[in-house]
Amino acid sequence: MTTPREADVLVIGGGGAGCSAALHLARRGAHVVLLERGLVGSQASGSNYGGVRQQGRHPAELPVAKRSHELWKRLPQLIGTDCEFVQTGHLKLARSEAEAAELAAYLDVARSHALELQLLGRAMLRARYPWLGPSVVAASFAPGDGSANPRLLAPALAQAARESGAAILEHTAVTACHHGGGRFLLETAAGPFTAPRLLNTAGFWGGQLAASFGEPVPIRHLTPNMMVTEPVPYFIRPNIGVAGGGVYMRQIPRGNIIIGGGHGTGDPSVPMSRPSPEVTLQVMQRAVALVPDLAGVSVIRSWSGIDGILPDKIPVVGPSLTTPGLFHAFGFSGHGFQLGPAIGAILCELALDGRTETPLDGLSIGRFARAALPVG
Amino acid sequence: MRVAVVGAGPAGVRAVGQLVRAGLHPLWIDEAPDGGGRIYQRPPPGFRRSPQALYGLEARKATALHAALDALKPRADWRPDTLVWNIATHPGRLNLMRDGVATEQGFDAAILCTGAMDRVVPVPGWTRPGVTTLGAAQIALKAQGCAIGQRVALVGSGPLLWLVAYQYLRAGAGLAAVLDTTPFRRKLQALRGLPHDPATLAKGLFYVTRLRAAGIPVAEGATPLAIEGEAPDVVAALRWRDAAGREHRLECDAVGLGWGVRPELQLADLAGVPIGFDPVQHNWVPQRDLTGRTPVAGIYLAGDGAGIGGAAVAELAGARAAQALLADAGLPVDTALVARLERRLLRQARFRTALERAFPFPAHLAAAMPDETILCRCESVTAGELRAAAAPDGPHGASPEVNRAKAFTRIGMGRCQGRVCGAAAAEVLAARLGCDTAAIGRLRGQPPVKPLPIPQPEAAP
Ligand SMILES: Cc1cc2nc3c(=O)[nH]c(=O)nc-3n(C[C@H](O)[C@H](O)[C@H](O)COP(=O)(O)OP(=O)(O)OC[C@H]3O[C@@H](n4cnc5c(N)ncnc54)[C@H](O)[C@@H]3O)c2cc1C
Repeated sequence: MTTPREADVLVIGGGGAGCSAALHLARRGAHVVLLERGLVGSQASGSNYGGVRQQGRHPAELPVAKRSHELWKRLPQLIGTDCEFVQTGHLKLARSEAEAAELAAYLDVARSHALELQLLGRAMLRARYPWLGPSVVAASFAPGDGSANPRLLAPALAQAARESGAAILEHTAVTACHHGGGRFLLETAAGPFTAPRLLNTAGFWGGQLAASFGEPVPIRHLTPNMMVTEPVPYFIRPNIGVAGGGVYMRQIPRGNIIIGGGHGTGDPSVPMSRPSPEVTLQVMQRAVALVPDLAGVSVIRSWSGIDGILPDKIPVVGPSLTTPGLFHAFGFSGHGFQLGPAIGAILCELALDGRTETPLDGLSIGRFARAALPVG
Repeated sequence: MRVAVVGAGPAGVRAVGQLVRAGLHPLWIDEAPDGGGRIYQRPPPGFRRSPQALYGLEARKATALHAALDALKPRADWRPDTLVWNIATHPGRLNLMRDGVATEQGFDAAILCTGAMDRVVPVPGWTRPGVTTLGAAQIALKAQGCAIGQRVALVGSGPLLWLVAYQYLRAGAGLAAVLDTTPFRRKLQALRGLPHDPATLAKGLFYVTRLRAAGIPVAEGATPLAIEGEAPDVVAALRWRDAAGREHRLECDAVGLGWGVRPELQLADLAGVPIGFDPVQHNWVPQRDLTGRTPVAGIYLAGDGAGIGGAAVAELAGARAAQALLADAGLPVDTALVARLERRLLRQARFRTALERAFPFPAHLAAAMPDETILCRCESVTAGELRAAAAPDGPHGASPEVNRAKAFTRIGMGRCQGRVCGAAAAEVLAARLGCDTAAIGRLRGQPPVKPLPIPQPEAAP
């Protein structure tokens, strides 16, 4: 067997989470090697909707989201490019009194995390967004939120990490992991790698990796259905969601409107995903109900991607409970694009300092170990 | 058994002919208002030019195909004006769109006869109004009785260049010049293979002779440099370089460009048929055998969508694929016909190889495109931007393949989904990275195959 290549930290998975971790580690002077099966950002991080929002997030992940938000704003200083991040605001719509009540209820959560939110009634909505359809009765607006180009983030983080000395190895799948004597040994087609610390940022596939260290989690794959229209004059400024879900959309200044909602199909073992034509048609209908001016605008492409979703719809972030030196950050449950930048900073602190300033309560992998205990 | 045929060009018509003959009633779909395909495209109802005027030397074949088409329509579930925008297999399902109404159709077996489209190499100025593909220049004439201009320059290579030129000449349209980018020497070398089909060879020589006799300037080994005009929305001249290296400025008000065609293979791709690079055609082609069978059970391919062969091959291949489908379904097969079709298909294949060698895709022209040339016209991406995205020192790292370049630059992300610029973009990228075109990969097929309009909101309940 060839002598394993040594590193301080090994990272499995080059999505937003892994590339950000590699960047922060390299900037701290650690010798980091990231192993990615395909190209960096070729899975969820490169195929997502591009929503960068804090509004509506589970309280357990809001501290991470808030930290990430600060990093998104500083991307140009951090990595020399903004990845098309724009703070257009995020407008969450209600189509019924029940949905409006749901939005109002979230105000308390927002207040306790110092997240600015404005509740807008019908008249205000009509005045500010005259293109909204009659079905919308209220909305809540988060002025700091926005969107970015998902195709750029992971590659840009990886490039900055490389420039800071990280080794980013693409087309290098990890085929087996061993742990012993305080070191991890990973096998790949490019030879073995070893390090005292390992980061699991393998997205949906992070579940298998955790299981191989005796920490299985009930992860499933999630394949949101996405589409984009031809460019039309820029009129939808905010990133739009709805209480209750089912459709979301944003327009980019060059004119294309990205619309998501519902789910496609996928096979993570390939990996492959594809949009569902029925869902595409349904979501077109839902979108035009919100914004009637969309009628006649053509959809030019649809796609999907694979993320891992956990039963409580929040990720696993934090140290392994079985294996010292192993840190997890996976299963972002369909909303980890925004979190990526902070996840890297947090993992870097965990790996190098053994602790992080950002509260991770509620995100530990331990929550599933307890749930898995036999009852009685 | 539910059988679907997509496309009503030469391949589709002959496929349906065999299916109907075997007693089936196939679902038959074409996105155009009528069948005939691009080569035998019919003028709209009420237009009265003779087949002779419309199709020239091909008039007899066109008339025969149209007669077969019209006879078959009532014997099939004929759906013109209908776009197949997505396909799934196991179970087979087609997503259709007609007049803004979406429907779905199941199938047990399908023959995809989706044809081809022009392969273009962008030339600086090609986005000016008045510049079209050779195919579009021809369709303007066939379907509408119009020329694309009063002084038309035709540029490119391949049989279509000469055919369109001849058709414009006969129609009395003004031709400024015909510029073939293939050097005469190259064609002569490859002509050795052409006697497999003396008729086509004779036709080609006939067209060239007629054009020269009519005093149309004709050049071989030409290099187009730029399409120019004072205002951004007019064409006034084509600058080009001759084989001896001298530059010329040709006054013209319209330009037709084209370098052969490439298969329209999105449906085959979405159906899961493996797609490989064919170095002779210099095209990505779906995998299928001589019978039209693919590795995906229940999916058959025929015509140019299965790899470029031309109209005569398409007719043979359509009939052959239908026979394959019948055989696989356990229905009676016409073995004498199958043997005859295969013999002719094999002969045609040899001829085709020679033809491709005679008129190779000018990869060098694409690779040498000036940086400021708009390469992707839907998204206004220049060749220079694509080259920059390929470089390892860019803000996002290198683009080792074309889908990554698409992610970084938006190339191929517009309305046409790279169907127009994809071939040239691959050459630009391959040249910059110093690898073969095949290694660059191809733009992934994604539904919808063509733009799909969002419907009117449903009336509130
Ligand atoms: C269609 C879609 C829309 C979404 N929209 C949004 C949105 O608007 N906003 C938002 O915040 N989030 C959104 N998300 C979620 C977000 O994209 C993901 O949560 C996030 O990108 C996950 O990042 P990651 O780094 O964990 O995973 P990934 O990006 O999936 O990265 C994991 C990487 O690990 C690699 N890998 C796996 N196994 C191995 C192995 N054995 N060896 C080597 N490498 C391996 C994979 O190849 C992959 O590149 C969406 C997700 C999808 C799919």
